[in-house]
Amino acid sequence: MITGRVIGEIQSTINHAFYDARKLMIVEHTDFEGQPSGDYLIAVDSVSAGVGSQVLVLDEGNGARQVLKSKDGPVRSVIVGIIDEIQTTA
Amino acid sequence: MKLGKVIGTVTCCVTYSGLESVPMLWVQPLDKTGEPKGETLVAADPTRCAGPGETIYFEGGREAAMALDPWFVPVDHAIIGIVDHIHLPGGEL
Repeated sequence: MITGRVIGEIQSTINHAFYDARKLMIVEHTDFEGQPSGDYLIAVDSVSAGVGSQVLVLDEGNGARQVLKSKDGPVRSVIVGIIDEIQTTA
Repeated sequence: MKLGKVIGTVTCCVTYSGLESVPMLWVQPLDKTGEPKGETLVAADPTRCAGPGETIYFEGGREAAMALDPWFVPVDHAIIGIVDHIHLPGGEL
């Protein structure tokens, strides 16, 4: 899983049927100090995250399909948590 | 998934079985601000609705082929949807 911050939401009329009524967020990848690395991904929201939320993103297909209760959905990235705090020893 | 812009179409006269009627589009990947970033690629379009000039989002890897019907086809990038709007804190893209 990776940590990130939601920076935007995508609206889309024409999409694959699996994505009907699903919320797509743009998530920028962040390090453990919350600093953006420059990379990003588009993930399905399963926890009602909003723009600005620091989130935990699962970026793996089989786990994502399990979360979204699908056998054959073309999905790999799902927001699975909203982060309150990260403690590090570094 | 990543954002991309369709910059052209690719027409094949011979394709692998299962890909006969699937449009192939030439895609320029975009960064999070909508600027071109990275190498261009060819993506299958199972929506059959995307065309040059449109902003789309695409999936890569094994999941890309799963967007197609039949799904057991040699595809590594597929267009999942066409972007209407992107709501960003600083405005729309």
